[in-house]
Amino acid sequence: MNVLAIDTSNQVLGVAVSKDGEVKSEYTANMKRNHSVGLMPAIDHVMQETETTPDQLDRIVVAKGPGSYTGVRIGLSTAKTMAWTLNIPIVAISSLELLAHNVRQQNVLISPFFDARRGLVYTGLYESNYDRIHVKKEDQNILMEQWLDELQSYQKPVIFLSQDIKQHQSLIKDKLAKAAIFPPAIDHLPRAGQLALLGEQHNEDNLHELTPNYIRVVEAEAKWLKEQEQNG
Amino acid sequence: MSEYILGIETSCDETAAAIIKDGREIVSNVVASQIESHKRFGGVVPEIASRHHVEQITVVLEETFEKAGLTMKDIDAVTVTEGPGLVGALLVGVNAAKSLAYAHQKPLVGVHHIAGHIYANRLEKDFEFPLLALVVSGGHTELILMKKHGDFEIIGETRDDAAGEAYDKVARTLQLPYPGGPKMDQLAHQGESNIDFPRAWLEEDSFDFSFSGLKSSVINTLHNAKQKGETLKQEDVAASFQDSVVEVLTEKAYKAAKQYGVNQVIVAGGVAANKGLRTAMQSKFQQEESVELLFPSLPLCTDNAAMIAAAGSVAFQQGHRAQWDLNANPSLSLERYAKRSKLER
Ligand SMILES: [Zn+2]
Repeated sequence: MNVLAIDTSNQVLGVAVSKDGEVKSEYTANMKRNHSVGLMPAIDHVMQETETTPDQLDRIVVAKGPGSYTGVRIGLSTAKTMAWTLNIPIVAISSLELLAHNVRQQNVLISPFFDARRGLVYTGLYESNYDRIHVKKEDQNILMEQWLDELQSYQKPVIFLSQDIKQHQSLIKDKLAKAAIFPPAIDHLPRAGQLALLGEQHNEDNLHELTPNYIRVVEAEAKWLKEQEQNG
Repeated sequence: MSEYILGIETSCDETAAAIIKDGREIVSNVVASQIESHKRFGGVVPEIASRHHVEQITVVLEETFEKAGLTMKDIDAVTVTEGPGLVGALLVGVNAAKSLAYAHQKPLVGVHHIAGHIYANRLEKDFEFPLLALVVSGGHTELILMKKHGDFEIIGETRDDAAGEAYDKVARTLQLPYPGGPKMDQLAHQGESNIDFPRAWLEEDSFDFSFSGLKSSVINTLHNAKQKGETLKQEDVAASFQDSVVEVLTEKAYKAAKQYGVNQVIVAGGVAANKGLRTAMQSKFQQEESVELLFPSLPLCTDNAAMIAAAGSVAFQQGHRAQWDLNANPSLSLERYAKRSKLER
């Protein structure tokens, strides 16, 4: 199976091609750049390097967020359109779940997160067990402080993964003390190669209905919904 | 062999795709409007527009190809609006277009949205240069001179609000439902133009426009009347406002047409659907037998992708190609776009 993986959901731009469970080419750029400019040249690069033509692709995998609204839209517009026009399945994977897979330890809790401003983070809770990583708590938008209180109650070591780790590190240490584990810097980068391999195993999504996982509703819409409620 | 061009347009609140044949014939033209969604907010919310585009893009593309009975194999070039517009909205179209072009290794062409509005007319009537285009919409009020294909010279533009924007703002003051422009046009026809609103002619030789003074005057007039306990008829306010806008647009277009000796005058953009403007332009140009006055039919006045494909077809023929790093450009200028086409040739 030939898989093309695309992640533009956060600062990292990642693309990869895998063949039958083996990553053949992987590109990662970790810079504040416009993904709309960089994505297609990067795809072209990994495709050429692996001598893969678009019609040889069997599946497209995309990181669906949470993350930058614009970033996830660039990834999803590209992945959806390409999967549609090549008539192949699309698989969308949580950007947080993808990051959680950087963890190799067994029997630990994993909290990947992205800063969402004003003390908020996008995060979910994952658990590594028997060589598998599974979701323990769904991805959500929550105050970091509140999230840490929740994590405390598990009384287990928690591995934190984030490109924004520096901003939150002291608060995490205050709350969880020795239970908080911070892996080396490289582990905080999402890997498109990992995304490709995950995508081989995941069930395919409904192409037309696939939308980014923004988690948050738009402010104007939230206000409108509230007004509707009040007006009964 | 026929040339088939795919067009994609997502610059504001319509997700649109179209296929045209030989630059002038519509094969399929699909527009998914978001107007119902934005109505709730009294205007377009950019983030919501962008979200709808991602939900709609493959659905709209599928319908476009199904209606045409064609596949990507038949397509000679993929053309897409690269600007101006809402950046988040534009990005969805640009990235979809790149994916289609990449997946089938087809040429990719970026198109200026206003060039599209002008070329909408070519789907119904071929150009005879030199021509003058009056582009009026929610975001634009421009007089553009074209001496040949792909050549755009802005001879006049708004210094503040676009005509459509003034319509929307006054409509909001009158508490009309969104979108206010068409509603104003409708009201104007039921009222009498009996309030003397200003006309901004600017300098003697200028083809530029200004509508913010007019907008303020309407708001002040309504405010003063309210303080005096008088009620002005909405219909009369709309009629008087429309008279001022239409008179300035018509006079300036007429003067420019004479000065540049054009063969055609094309009225394009969303406000080209305005009945008041159509009537005034028709009566003004009636006696000019050497000038042909053209209005695209209504569905081609508002945003659509057939117009992007029509402008894109010419750019494609002229050798214009975008690379895989094509980006959305929310403030792309028409003149820079025209110049770039020349450089690339
Ligand atoms: Zn437009």
